[in-house]
Amino acid sequence: MNKLIAKLKSFTLWELLIGMKLTGRYFFSKKMTIQFPEEKTPTSPRFRGLHALRRYPNGEERCIACKLCEAVCPALAITIEAQPRDDGSRRTTIYEIDLFKCIYCGFCEESCPVDSIVETTIKNYHFTKRGDNIMNKQELLAVGDKFEQRIAQEKADDAKFR
Amino acid sequence: MLNELIPLIWIIAKILVILIPVLIAVAYYTYAERKVIGYIQVRIGPNRVGVFGLGQPIADAVKLLFKEMILPTASNPILFVIAPVIAIAPALAAWAVIPFGDGLVLANINAGLLYILAITSLGVYSVLISGWASNSKYAFLGAMRSAAQVVSYEIAMGFALVVVLMAADSTNLSQIVLHQSGGFWHWFWLPLLPVFVVFFISGVAETNRLPFDMAEGESEIVAGFHVEYSGIAFACFFLGEYASIILICAVTATLFLGGWLSPFQGIPGLEQAFAFVPGLVWFVLKTWVFMFIFLWIRATFPRYRYDQIMRLGWKILIPVAVVWIAVIGIAIQLHIPPWFT
Repeated sequence: MNKLIAKLKSFTLWELLIGMKLTGRYFFSKKMTIQFPEEKTPTSPRFRGLHALRRYPNGEERCIACKLCEAVCPALAITIEAQPRDDGSRRTTIYEIDLFKCIYCGFCEESCPVDSIVETTIKNYHFTKRGDNIMNKQELLAVGDKFEQRIAQEKADDAKFR
Repeated sequence: MLNELIPLIWIIAKILVILIPVLIAVAYYTYAERKVIGYIQVRIGPNRVGVFGLGQPIADAVKLLFKEMILPTASNPILFVIAPVIAIAPALAAWAVIPFGDGLVLANINAGLLYILAITSLGVYSVLISGWASNSKYAFLGAMRSAAQVVSYEIAMGFALVVVLMAADSTNLSQIVLHQSGGFWHWFWLPLLPVFVVFFISGVAETNRLPFDMAEGESEIVAGFHVEYSGIAFACFFLGEYASIILICAVTATLFLGGWLSPFQGIPGLEQAFAFVPGLVWFVLKTWVFMFIFLWIRATFPRYRYDQIMRLGWKILIPVAVVWIAVIGIAIQLHIPPWFT
């Protein structure tokens, strides 16, 4: 008997009509599209995006070439070479991150003892030439300089949850 | 000389008056499809080109026009070029017999129903020829699938049309519409309900639409028969496909929903209130209903497996149509009012 009812249901297209009722309801439901350039999804201050090298307020770069980030990087995306500077302090001569290798795990930021390398919340960026994906020290510092206020604010916002 | 020319020009003008709105409808049907499916999938759909994205079909057409039409080396060039033409020509030619209103028909021929059946059947040749001429495995698979499918569903569709012509006692489409006059419950959808459903499902299958799009099957055989096509030839296939969808919707509206007849016929008050609406408007509205259902079906159902399509066509749709031929035959003999007096 149940079999007969099931057969009758599929013969009268009942199941298909139930499916169409469902999609018909969604036709009138509120659309969840975010229209990108005008609207943006909210971003957590903890979001791991483009990298930056920060400076101290007096303009001195934070990085002391301890190479902890290079050691911890699981993707081997970071290359560092260091030499004593003229004033005797140890500084990096090469600090490069290959953003194609980088998996944005944030270990470099966590390992850094002086909060120099950070991952900002910048997520919309692109490269137009081969080789641009390797960020050198100047570029990383430039990102840090440009967004220092935003980075500091985000770190402060996130600090109370850490 | 002039006396011969004037009727010719007159006919060409009539053809243009029918075809230009049809082609505009085709363009905006693609837009409507993307919008409706987008809405059902809780998206917005195209809204960047022009107001509400209304420029989108034009932008698409221009893009396809400027693209190169690639002729594969291994293809048969003549057939490869002819196939898209065969796709679009029958879909447009069939509009000749569709009655848009009382007397508003290009060719009021007696065998209108047969003409529709014959012309829409020609569409399968474009699929077959393009699939064969492309000399590509995927295109060939798509063509083979589609050929078997369309031939099977043609039979169900033919039987459904037999029932209609029995009920209307005519194959002239205008006569069929007039036979349905008298109001909403006089239309053929009610006495011919199973056949109506059979016809519509066969129509979906005939136009290779989801859930019967075995010919395309994006997820299985890339794009099926038109996988090798690009540029304007590719656009021709889509023009043909959408024109035949609109055609099937128009035919369904004509055969089962009383064509240009007002739905308020026979209802005192409402009939007079809506008397000013021309028949063309009712016809277009009825066609729109079916066009929307086409999109709704596409957005709802997954693709059938090949053997399921064949089983549905041969073991369900054809028997239902055949049984209903007998039922309608008896009903006509018994003169069951209000349809068969």
